[in-house]
Amino acid sequence: MSANSFNRRAFLKAGAAGVAASALPLNFAKAQTPVVLGAVYVGPRDDFGWNQAHAVSMEILKSLPNVSVIEEENVPETDAVSQSMESMINLDGANLILATSFGYYNPFVVDLAKKYPDVQFRHAAPLWNEASDPANAGSYFPYLNQAHYVNGVAAGLSSSGKIGFVAAKPIPSVLSNINSVLLGAKSVNPDATVQVIFTGEWSLPVREAEATNALVDAGAEVITCHVDSPKVVIETAEGRGVKTCGHNASQAPLAPTGFITGAEYKWETIYAGYASALAAGEPLPNFMIGGYNNDMLRNTAYGAGATTEAIAAADAAIAAMVAGEPIYKGMLKDNQGNVVVDKDYDNYDPYLDGMNWLLEGVQGSIT
Amino acid sequence: MAVDTAPTPAPVKLSGRPSVRTLKLAEAIFIPVFALVISALVFSVFLLFLGQSPIDFFSLIWIGGFGSSFSWQQSLQRAAPLILAGLAFAIPARIGLTMIGAEGALVLGGFGAAAIAIPLVTYAVPPLLTLPLMALTAMAVGGVWIGITGWLKHYRGVNETIASLLLSYIAIAIMNFFVEGLLRDPASANKPSTLPIGEAYRIGAMPGTSVHWGLAAGIVLAIVLHILMTRTTFGFAARMTGGNARASQAQGLPVGYLVVTCCVVAGACAGLAGFFEVAAIHGQANASLVAGYGFTGILISFLARHNALAVVPVAILFGAIAAAGGLIQRRMGMPDATVLVLQGIIFVVLLTSESLYGRIKFFQPGPVGERT
Repeated sequence: MSANSFNRRAFLKAGAAGVAASALPLNFAKAQTPVVLGAVYVGPRDDFGWNQAHAVSMEILKSLPNVSVIEEENVPETDAVSQSMESMINLDGANLILATSFGYYNPFVVDLAKKYPDVQFRHAAPLWNEASDPANAGSYFPYLNQAHYVNGVAAGLSSSGKIGFVAAKPIPSVLSNINSVLLGAKSVNPDATVQVIFTGEWSLPVREAEATNALVDAGAEVITCHVDSPKVVIETAEGRGVKTCGHNASQAPLAPTGFITGAEYKWETIYAGYASALAAGEPLPNFMIGGYNNDMLRNTAYGAGATTEAIAAADAAIAAMVAGEPIYKGMLKDNQGNVVVDKDYDNYDPYLDGMNWLLEGVQGSIT
Repeated sequence: MAVDTAPTPAPVKLSGRPSVRTLKLAEAIFIPVFALVISALVFSVFLLFLGQSPIDFFSLIWIGGFGSSFSWQQSLQRAAPLILAGLAFAIPARIGLTMIGAEGALVLGGFGAAAIAIPLVTYAVPPLLTLPLMALTAMAVGGVWIGITGWLKHYRGVNETIASLLLSYIAIAIMNFFVEGLLRDPASANKPSTLPIGEAYRIGAMPGTSVHWGLAAGIVLAIVLHILMTRTTFGFAARMTGGNARASQAQGLPVGYLVVTCCVVAGACAGLAGFFEVAAIHGQANASLVAGYGFTGILISFLARHNALAVVPVAILFGAIAAAGGLIQRRMGMPDATVLVLQGIIFVVLLTSESLYGRIKFFQPGPVGERT
């Protein structure tokens, strides 16, 4: 369909867009430049995890006028991603690239942004550096540990407080989620503990199932995780009859009896903002981070595993974080006995980005 | 293990018939092309079942793989590591070994290159000296890695297929151990990596293209190894060993030396691929080196019938299919696995077509009267 043709179908689409636009904080009335948005995913789009969370948000963008979305899945973090992005630009006319995996950024996104200064690149991790990186590149990233804190609150009141955590790698973003689950659970249940098992890889389904079983055998009453695709963990835990909290996307359908709630990204807030800015000819923000306070996170609708008091406490925790309540409040010791949090840290404090400790109350080791 | 065209007899001219060599070449080109056409037909049926248009599909393969100079460069760039990985399987295959561990040699070679670069870059040794040292290290590490398997096979009777596969997992574990520990760049918090080698030490693209030098290295090595395997005493002895190791030993050939050397050469090819991944693509070693090139190389070598020269066009074909795979996902909304299905069909049909060699009368030397 040509951009200028006016027919019944286009009219209906515009009408539908008006409805959509009123629902989202957008103004597409002035839309001029058609946006061709190219999204690259590292895994399958239906992985019940990281990639699905992105893909679901893209679906919302596809309904907007003047925005066409092209997608590619299973693109590894090698020069295959440069090639995919370059192919989107040259063969499909993409003018906004969303690179959604951590390892895409350096050198691939950075190099390509230098090569194609007219194309906007945004990457889903807080890596963009104003001093050294191209101005047409940028980063966006919600701090999911806030939602894991909510998981912890709900889990702490839906069980006796013994939580098992299946984690991929001992890197800061994962450690922060583990510590936040503990702090959330402790805020409502001082006896709460978190036992963690690292699998060593982002996607190792067999080891994830083994870790889940081991945690349940060790007495965990709630299982949560930080792996690329939580499907195996949630299903295994449900099969063992324990409760679960999700990660990345909604896993509620996988655990009809034990699901409490889950930590979910709300990528569409960011994506819709990008699309509207680009269509209106406005510059895109280079660096966007956020959490509950700017509508970049949500928790999955409460499942059958959540108790009434857990729901109330979790909702209260979200309201507190919207108001800026910090998660890491001093003094806190790590599980080696060292003081690692000596004062209250804002939820976006750079100190927390370098986290390399597990708090007292977490059973597990990062080495 | 297919031992093919090998010791070609001196061209025999029969009245009105092309030489034996020409006929063999024609056969070796006709049968794979025929197999590709059959694969395309089988895959078209699969597409029709899915309600997709085969014409759209194959025109997208063309556009994405070969349709423009941009597409060509994409195909060639993707082919670069695949050529070297294909050679890493093809050379041991000629001596009768099924060596499937090129992935490990590639990863460890790349890691070796990145590791040796750390002191060299720190002391600002010029790139012209550093890069060859990195390449040599990568080749040596890869060579030793596959060489071990060859040694175990010949001197200890360890099955080389299983040993090379398991060693490849060990290689990846070694890389992860160092990258996540001793040699980790502290700045690489969320994706453990070695210290970046820096822009000045990166291998750029070949002039006038966006394709890195790994492609040229692969093509040159393919030619050199083809000559080695078909035009030298070493190659003849190696192929003879591949045909029958016992008989070769009885003839007094140094079978152990031949086996280990072929394995070292294969490992060096894989290691060199790892070097280019580090020096031309990533600029550091990390888990992204484990991209499966070593395993795709097995497929490529089989399709090339373990002929070093034929590895090049087959690798380019696979590069093109991979490059077009993205376009197919985007334009036809088909899942990534579609291209894998096509690759699988090609593999099965091509292996089946092996049975056609020597059976098509047209390509057989003989008096004209015997033609049907």
